[in-house]
Amino acid sequence: MAALDATGALGTAGAAAWRRRRLGTVFWLAVAWIALVLLLAFCSPLLPLADPAKMSLLARRAVPSAAHLLGTDALGRDLLARLIFGARSSLAVGLLAPLAATLIGGALGLLAGYFRGWLETITVGASDVLLAFPPLVLALAVTAYLGQSVPNLILVLAMLTVPAVTRIARAGTLGVRERDFVTAARALGASHTRILLREILPNIMLPLIAYFLVLVAVIITAEGILSFLGLGVPPPLPSWGSMIAEGRDNLDVAPQIAFIPATAMFLTVLAFNLVGDRLRSITDPRRAGS
Amino acid sequence: MLDLVGRKLIYLLPVLLAVTALTFLIAALLPGDLALAMLGDQATPENVAALHQKLGLDLPLWQQYLHWLRHVLSGDLGTSHRTGETVVHAIAGRLPVSLELLVIAQLGGLLIGVPLAMLCAVRPDSAVDRVVSGVAFGMLSMPPFLLAIVLIFIFALRLGILPATAYVPLAQDVLGNLRSMALPGATLALLEWPTILRVLRSDLISTLQEDYIAMARAKGLTARRILFVHALKPSSLTLVTVVGLNIGRLIGGAVITESIFALPGIGRLLVESIYTRDFIVLQGCVLFVAVAFVVVNFLVDLLYAALDPRIRHGRA
Repeated sequence: MAALDATGALGTAGAAAWRRRRLGTVFWLAVAWIALVLLLAFCSPLLPLADPAKMSLLARRAVPSAAHLLGTDALGRDLLARLIFGARSSLAVGLLAPLAATLIGGALGLLAGYFRGWLETITVGASDVLLAFPPLVLALAVTAYLGQSVPNLILVLAMLTVPAVTRIARAGTLGVRERDFVTAARALGASHTRILLREILPNIMLPLIAYFLVLVAVIITAEGILSFLGLGVPPPLPSWGSMIAEGRDNLDVAPQIAFIPATAMFLTVLAFNLVGDRLRSITDPRRAGS
Repeated sequence: MLDLVGRKLIYLLPVLLAVTALTFLIAALLPGDLALAMLGDQATPENVAALHQKLGLDLPLWQQYLHWLRHVLSGDLGTSHRTGETVVHAIAGRLPVSLELLVIAQLGGLLIGVPLAMLCAVRPDSAVDRVVSGVAFGMLSMPPFLLAIVLIFIFALRLGILPATAYVPLAQDVLGNLRSMALPGATLALLEWPTILRVLRSDLISTLQEDYIAMARAKGLTARRILFVHALKPSSLTLVTVVGLNIGRLIGGAVITESIFALPGIGRLLVESIYTRDFIVLQGCVLFVAVAFVVVNFLVDLLYAALDPRIRHGRA
């Protein structure tokens, strides 16, 4: 709360500079990396890139050159094009699944924490059962039965992350539902909808956003694991996980085929974790000093 | 304490029942015919009908579930459709590999994590603490298969001192077994220590601010003695939980690590059953892994209560 007062006291330019100092250079580097990856992935059809699926037996495992800036893979496909189109798959799953989970889990947690009663009992019970499964095993099993496709992958990974989001949203709601401003709104005759959206939601928004960012990192990793095992994004669509799996077979002769997508993936996961962790430490009063 | 066990047990049973139901229902998600999917190329109308009969696929779903549950409770998880091996036998054969990996991973993780946590907690925010905590944070962002590939690249391909995929059974050659377990064990240990460090470090820092530690300092005890004798034990409660949860997670095999290093553990059995569409084995593995996870978590809860008198007496 002190942070909000301070920003109010300073001018807008001063506030921005103050905030930048507080969040740290590493935070902004991570934000810059995320922005770059998002921009490249989003614009990939417009960029002058080679066809990521076009094979060339003459240019297999080529080292980086003017024609192929990052070289080619074992089938002669352009690595830079595959890296950027792979980012599309990884980010599509990595952003949409947490987004769906945050919307559904956030709504469930909000309703369960506000209305309590049987709704809360069912929500908490169902969450506990889902959390009782090791998540990766459940993801593997469900995709095995449902079949491999990007929408299925998003569905499965979203379903697995809903319980954790529900817990956070419910805990946050329980923390504010008896506070004076909620009682005041109720006394003024505000409807449930208005109390939920205008009084409670803004108070649990920041922890939810911070957790969303951490979830993005978790889901990009999970998608990578599934695709690495050949059970995620179906070929010929490139994804970072499947690129690394293909590179593993050439680790002795051309390690860069695995290590280029590996580096991109590590930096992206790290960047989302850094940003999420930083935002969480701001919202968590116990860690506000650190 | 007994009262607590009872209360927790009442909660455990419905969760276990729900876990079995969900494991069963996942199979019902399969679009189309399970028998058709299992038989693949060898599907003839007679084959399909026979398998339907055998699996009871023509019954209503709830009857199928009860039928299946009765078999599960009598220790029958079905028979692999491909190898003819019973699922219980397959799991039992692979459990030792996963357990050995689990022990190596936890010991390795503790061996790295605990000393580093103590080093960091003695002087929080010192240069050492910042570097170690930073590295730990970075490692937490490391996807497991990336770490495995980096280790294979360095130790198996470049240095050529450790095998990447040649599993040797423990009974056959102890030294060879340990060599084949070195890289997968190291992969998991390197993934575990950051969590151990984070938990123990923050608990140690808060313990070291307690009054009784100040009292011990005032009495003139050495810093080393205070750290090892007075601070470590009360700070390791959360650590016990974390290690317990890791055990629960790894008892079902480390899917990725076992797959990459070709270790015949439960995780690999599960992945292979997906590749070969051996859905009976898949279902058995998922059930085993989930039940083991739930039961270990339950035991960890009890252990935690046994260690912490505040919870044991219901005053927390």
